[in-house]
Amino acid sequence: MRGEGRMSGCRECTGCGPTPKSPDTKREYVVALAGNANVGKSATFNQLTGVDQDIGNWPGKTVERAEGLLQYRGQRIRVIDLPGIYSITALSTEEQISREFIAHDHPDVVVNVIDASALERNLFFTLQLVELGSPMILALNQMDLAAQKGIRIDTGKLSVLLGVPVIPTIAIQGKGIVELSDAIISAVQDRPEPHSVLYGREVEDRIEKIMELLPAGAGGYPPRWTAIKLLEGDPDTVWEVKKQALAAVDAAQAYARELEKIHGEPAGTVMSGERYHASERIVAEVVEIHTPGDQEVTLTERVDRLALHPVFGYILLVLMIGGLLVWTFVIGAWMSELLTTFLSGIAPLRPLVQGSAGEILVAGAWTGFVAALTLIIPYVIPFYLFLALIEDSGFLTRFSLMLDRGMHKMGLHGKAIIPLVLGFGCTVPACLSCRIIESPKQKFLAAFLVTLVPCSARTIVILGVVAAFVNIWWALALYLFDFVLIVILGRIAFRVLPGESVGMIMEMPDYHTPSLPIVLGQTWQRTKSLIWIVLPSYIAGSIVITLAYAMGFLEPINNVLSPVTVILLGLPLMTGVVFVFGIVRKEMTILALAALFGTTVFSTIMTPAQLIVFALVTMFYVPCISTIMALAHEFGWKRALSITAIETALAVVIGTVAIRLLNFFL
Amino acid sequence: MASEQLEEYLESILDIEEKEGIAKTSAIARCMKVAPASVTEALQTLADKGFVHYEPYKGASLTGQGREMARKVKRRHRLLEVFLSDVLHINGENVHDEACKMEHVLSDETECALCKMLNAPARCPHGSLIEACDKDVESCSACLHETLTPSTGSREEPLMPVTSLQPGQKATIAFIRGDSSVVQRLTDLGLTLKTDIRLVRKAPLLGPVEIAVRKTRLAIDHAIADHIFVTACGEKAG
Repeated sequence: MRGEGRMSGCRECTGCGPTPKSPDTKREYVVALAGNANVGKSATFNQLTGVDQDIGNWPGKTVERAEGLLQYRGQRIRVIDLPGIYSITALSTEEQISREFIAHDHPDVVVNVIDASALERNLFFTLQLVELGSPMILALNQMDLAAQKGIRIDTGKLSVLLGVPVIPTIAIQGKGIVELSDAIISAVQDRPEPHSVLYGREVEDRIEKIMELLPAGAGGYPPRWTAIKLLEGDPDTVWEVKKQALAAVDAAQAYARELEKIHGEPAGTVMSGERYHASERIVAEVVEIHTPGDQEVTLTERVDRLALHPVFGYILLVLMIGGLLVWTFVIGAWMSELLTTFLSGIAPLRPLVQGSAGEILVAGAWTGFVAALTLIIPYVIPFYLFLALIEDSGFLTRFSLMLDRGMHKMGLHGKAIIPLVLGFGCTVPACLSCRIIESPKQKFLAAFLVTLVPCSARTIVILGVVAAFVNIWWALALYLFDFVLIVILGRIAFRVLPGESVGMIMEMPDYHTPSLPIVLGQTWQRTKSLIWIVLPSYIAGSIVITLAYAMGFLEPINNVLSPVTVILLGLPLMTGVVFVFGIVRKEMTILALAALFGTTVFSTIMTPAQLIVFALVTMFYVPCISTIMALAHEFGWKRALSITAIETALAVVIGTVAIRLLNFFL
Repeated sequence: MASEQLEEYLESILDIEEKEGIAKTSAIARCMKVAPASVTEALQTLADKGFVHYEPYKGASLTGQGREMARKVKRRHRLLEVFLSDVLHINGENVHDEACKMEHVLSDETECALCKMLNAPARCPHGSLIEACDKDVESCSACLHETLTPSTGSREEPLMPVTSLQPGQKATIAFIRGDSSVVQRLTDLGLTLKTDIRLVRKAPLLGPVEIAVRKTRLAIDHAIADHIFVTACGEKAG
């Protein structure tokens, strides 16, 4: 049944290696990496391009497509890492991104990265690429894992069956990357197109009849793909083809109904079933399994018995998340102190507000630089290091499973734990990672809650203002209050927002021992991208504050805001401007406080109650500019600004109530 | 004895069997709020009709035929409960009693229409699982989108939701309930009909279930997993 190839001349010759023939070095080729989630696309990408793309052991980590350059044998090849998807049929954000790129941007070659230890499931996606007819290479990744599971794959046979090169790799260790690069170089010129893999008779007959009715180039895709999509009733394809060939659309609908009658399933499901059948047939031919049987207890199984245990699992989870936070504070505070001592030895930290413009500028810039280095970096590095360990080992996905039930109370499901945990680091990537959640309502809901999670910036404010000058218990209380608020707001938003909530379906990756280079690389990558945002904004912000102060611009802003800051929140007049600067980044509030009051001992300028309220308001008011931009990018300006407005109003209300209560107690 | 009364007995026996293994006369009497003597008489009648195995002093257990009947009535009862509470908004306290009276007079055709109208619900308002129907369909959308009523009673083996499997138990997917988007999502991940799966574990408190399929493992929301019906391996109809 399988595609006896429609061989076109040259392919039968296997002798041509990397061709040294007339390399037209001027042209830039484009190669796309596509495949299921969590099969090692990003690791392959990093190996090919030397770019450090985030790697993590959870499905859906790559949400944006990443780009890098492979320079090899005199060729320049642009490599695109696409988000991992399971199918091109259903339409989630990631699937749309990948589908549009592969189908419309016509990459010269698609490298289909495949998890060799789960060939059957991965080939399901490969078969869809085959339907699309794009030139491709198969990278059989995680060959080590497959070998551990006793799976032996005949790559030569697989290559013959599909008509495309098959390269075994272990991307994390860099094995097979040279071979893959060679294959890419020759493929961009040879463009190895896969043989069609044929499905069951009753399906094939109908596909053929639809293809006959299609005019050449209808819908801009290969006819076989278009015919299959019409049969599945894919709305985009139907709409596209309707303009040119109404007869084909009508015929496809009639055939789809026939298939539904025969199988008792919608045509889309029938097609998925057919692909899996084809995939099973291929696996049966190329895979040999050498295990004593699947009764053997794997490492993953053993760890899961503890990690997913109804009692110990939760204990482990609390220990891990608690450990993550405690570790961050302890190590962070230690590193921060070291750096401060070191840097203040170089030059004084007091920002100047008098003197020549040049002096003010330099002093402002230096203060900003030191603040960024001592306030952000020390806390972010240990957090991302620990997080990378949790991610890379595979524990993060277990958190999802364990907390799924609890998340239902907020109309979310377990997957939302991933953005929420990421949110402790920085809100921006956490907002973007909400894309792993399928339903639009839940995605928005999760992003809303993520903006309330105490990110490293907010943590620094809580530590620097409350823990340092009130006491640690009030700081912890603020944290706790934040969590309670997230749950309450989550429940309210769940009721108020329109749309439906769907349950979780998530792949559970195997555990693996975290690899040191990857953990360090990822920590550095994330820290680096944060430094790029933080340092300039800090230095610029600090300069602007000191300048504006020296020139007397701050008075009017403070006066305009005084009804809120002074009357409602009971804070000093100067805090008005502090909050304005905090919109750039939340930790800037500390910097601004220090700069404006000329002291870093905040207990001399505010009462304990005022300090607590100051921290509270900073936590909840306007999310920082980067977050607002990220929200606008994902959900549009209307929703981004609504979140901003709601949270600002919330912060004022909480602050107004809190100052009165606290004045009563403290 | 009236058939509706017998059906009530079958339902009670099914409930007690699930909890205690064998249904003792005293337990049935307590459950149905009747005298033990009437229970004995009813059990005799049920045994004569081939619905239960009855041993005096020990109790009763359902035969294959009896179990099928009891499940069918249970399914109707729960479907009616969904209808009464979600569509008619009947006061919660009365839903059960009303459904109890109506379940005995429901025809196959009405049951099927009710199921379609309610979009093949998974659970009754009290949270109990609604059995899959015994129609000859492989997914609900085949039924939901067609006007004709599928033929009845052609399933050879009893189906159970994946959530009723024991950890480590293997099974074959037979039927996925729900609209085409859920079915498509599951199918794309490899849960196609007739695929062999293994339940790895169930998270506590009705959390997600973990299923091994095609050499990968999926965590699936409990409510979604309720829609996946399987035939357990090594278990034949009976």
